[in-house]
Amino acid sequence: MLKTADNAVPVACWSCSVAKTPETLFCQHCSKIQPPLEGDFYSVFNLERKLNLDLAALEREFHRLTRKLHPDNFARATETEQAWSLADTAMVNDAYRTLKDPIRRTEYLLMLEGAQIGEENSGKNRVDPSRVPADLLEEVFELNMQLEEMRAARKLGETDAALEADLQTAKIKFDGLLADVDEQLKTQWGVWDQGDEATRKSAMTDMVSLIDRRNYIRNLVRDVNEALGS
Amino acid sequence: MAEQNTEERIVGIDLGTTNSLVAYMEGDTPVVIPGEDGDRLVPSVVAVGDDGVTIGNAARSTLIASPDRAVYSAKRLMGRGIDDVQDELKLFPFHLSPDQKPGEVLRLTIGGRELTPPEISAYILQQLKHNAERYFGPGSKVTKAVITVPAYFNDAQRQATRDAARIAGLEVLRLVNEPTAAALAYGLDRSKDGVIAVYDFGGGTFDISILKLHEGIFEVISTNGDTHLGGDDIDNLLIAVAVEDIRGDMGLDVTTSGEAIQAIRKAVIEAKIALSSQSSVAVDVTLPAEFGGKHYLREITREQFEQLAASVIERTLVPCKQVMKDAGLAAAQVDEVVLVGGSTRIPLVRKLVDEMFDLAARGKKPHTDLNPDEVVALGAAVQARILAGGSKATEDMLLLDVTPLSLGIEALGGVVAQIIGRNSTIPASATEHFTTGVDGQTNVAIHVVQGERELAKDCRSLARFDLKGIPPMTAGIPRIEVKFLIDANGILHVSAREQRSAKQAEIEVKPTYGLTDEQVEAMILSSFDNAEADLAARQLIEARNEGENILTLVHKARTNPAWQQLSAEEVANITAKEVELGTAMKQEDHSVIRSAIDALDLATRRYAELSMSTAITSAMVGETMQSANEKMGDGPSAPHPIAKAELIS
Repeated sequence: MLKTADNAVPVACWSCSVAKTPETLFCQHCSKIQPPLEGDFYSVFNLERKLNLDLAALEREFHRLTRKLHPDNFARATETEQAWSLADTAMVNDAYRTLKDPIRRTEYLLMLEGAQIGEENSGKNRVDPSRVPADLLEEVFELNMQLEEMRAARKLGETDAALEADLQTAKIKFDGLLADVDEQLKTQWGVWDQGDEATRKSAMTDMVSLIDRRNYIRNLVRDVNEALGS
Repeated sequence: MAEQNTEERIVGIDLGTTNSLVAYMEGDTPVVIPGEDGDRLVPSVVAVGDDGVTIGNAARSTLIASPDRAVYSAKRLMGRGIDDVQDELKLFPFHLSPDQKPGEVLRLTIGGRELTPPEISAYILQQLKHNAERYFGPGSKVTKAVITVPAYFNDAQRQATRDAARIAGLEVLRLVNEPTAAALAYGLDRSKDGVIAVYDFGGGTFDISILKLHEGIFEVISTNGDTHLGGDDIDNLLIAVAVEDIRGDMGLDVTTSGEAIQAIRKAVIEAKIALSSQSSVAVDVTLPAEFGGKHYLREITREQFEQLAASVIERTLVPCKQVMKDAGLAAAQVDEVVLVGGSTRIPLVRKLVDEMFDLAARGKKPHTDLNPDEVVALGAAVQARILAGGSKATEDMLLLDVTPLSLGIEALGGVVAQIIGRNSTIPASATEHFTTGVDGQTNVAIHVVQGERELAKDCRSLARFDLKGIPPMTAGIPRIEVKFLIDANGILHVSAREQRSAKQAEIEVKPTYGLTDEQVEAMILSSFDNAEADLAARQLIEARNEGENILTLVHKARTNPAWQQLSAEEVANITAKEVELGTAMKQEDHSVIRSAIDALDLATRRYAELSMSTAITSAMVGETMQSANEKMGDGPSAPHPIAKAELIS
């Protein structure tokens, strides 16, 4: 992403012309910044595509790379070097932001591996009846009724203690369901990280449906929180 | 000295709602640069008179005497459109041009001129630039700056600030968020790791930022705020009380008198400041002549003040709670709290901060040791030194800031598809893919918004991009990759490429409420650099003329009997100062000539006294030649006290 495919990576440093290994950010000879590297977020941190990550090590590496690449260090450099530093730092930041968050990390890895995740990018998806997880159909139906009532009451400036209590109960229930999904996801991380090709394939399928389920429940929880004004 | 002045100095500027400052790092210490009047704060006031523009303290008197010729708090209007400022217009005497259209940059009418908010800010920046150049000495040029902005400023407000700098002839090397700058200023002598909260409550804006300090890296975790919440709002409440009092007790309606409102504003601000150290204060306003010069007098106790101000101060709690939630931290996990901005001097604000972060209970106190009015400018100077490099004091320091607002694009049905979330470390980027909906379609319109709301119409519109020149294909076949990049200043850049044809799509940016590059260019050329050059040239000519005059007079004075009464030492001193003035007059800097004139003037003071008649002498004891000159008038018949004295003897 950092670099367009039609720009071939030079094998010699642009500044001192000494040959360099292509996958380096700085020339080993003259220490000048090199054109941004191509690659995914895992390769930025030199990591294997795994889901259990050492977050402390990730942060250390983030700080180390940022110290070297940040645009602050290139305020007096050439325009080209400034552009490279900007692109590199944005890439490091994007990678760190994605990998340090367990859900974003999972979604990203699934995407890298070619999986399609539900409606992830259609904005903040509203309740779509076709996507209700089958086992939650009844509860979701009831919850939506309660949410409608709550919103109607709010509009009229009324408070309904019983309804509020029902929603609180629902909130606890769905919070619990969310925690369950997260546990199941974690189990699948282990399966993915350890597994062979075939087990990885099945872990992927499981994680895709878990992520979809999670997004669905998370939106419900958000709606409940909004209705409760918390 | 001359060599030193060719060195490129990067200054730090705090462009504030109420006051602005410029600072520079002298060695390892950041210092605020004072203006010619010795004042470290330049009031953010611009006045347009018949004979030119005045800025700062000089413009303040205009604000009271003829309010329609002056503008203050213009920062509130930066990067905003007419629909955004309706509330502002009720409280501030801004006069918008009558043909103002929605979506356009605002145009204000001041003293018969039309100025946009970036131009008004540019005048203030130009004054600061001038102050810095004066401070660095003859011949020095300041062209590069780090400028601070409220952390919660959106893209349009940041762009407007950068435009203002360009108009003033300054290149912005970095826009730094104000609370982060404050943290840098405090961080200079504190290398301790931990979590810091910066509570920045100024004249017009409120920001709260949470930072993690680790081995010199200042990493912002989350930020929040309100770009329309500050001490100004408390002033407005106090003004409203006074206006009601005057209506009720005196039967006078002062709401339509700009002059009366400005007099009241000045008085209540003084009262507000006094109430931070006193338990009660008297507000005393002399109403303008149109109200028969009547007095409005009342006592305000701190208790009454706090009851009134609480509604404004408590509004800071909402962003505080959100910022902690976003950081995923509890109040007890915050190690240090830094207070920034003049409004944090209010005891009620300190009490609220103490409660919010549970400080006293944990045996902690907020940091207030750096002057809250100056700390942001000092931090900007630190960042300027980081960018300049080569300093031991800042070599391990690195600031990692975040974008305060989520960036999104308008998707089907007017909903926002988020592409870069708020509190993402900047620079940050995201890539999105778009396609066509109609066969042969060659243009795709993209609407970029900033904000946290679900619908695009509730967010701030940043720009509408037209992706042009897409090769005609069946609907859904083109694959246009659009890259959004927020740079280290928090400003958005967009680039696009059609992937099937590898063709770089053309992007036309229509800034909302902003100035185009062409408009900015025109402002630089037409109103600024020329005016500055003209002014400098005129000042130089005037100074040289005056220098010639005084040299001639001093030369002639040697034949005056009074000269004989001077000691050899005094004569030597005068001669030395004459030589210095002669040298100074060969230079291109009027201020050098001015100070040489002043020095010669001072050296000849006793001679001026001696040479005058006894009567005149007694009236003029302690006057310098120059001030005596002013008193005696400067008509051709009596250009100088020496000339006058010659006539008498």
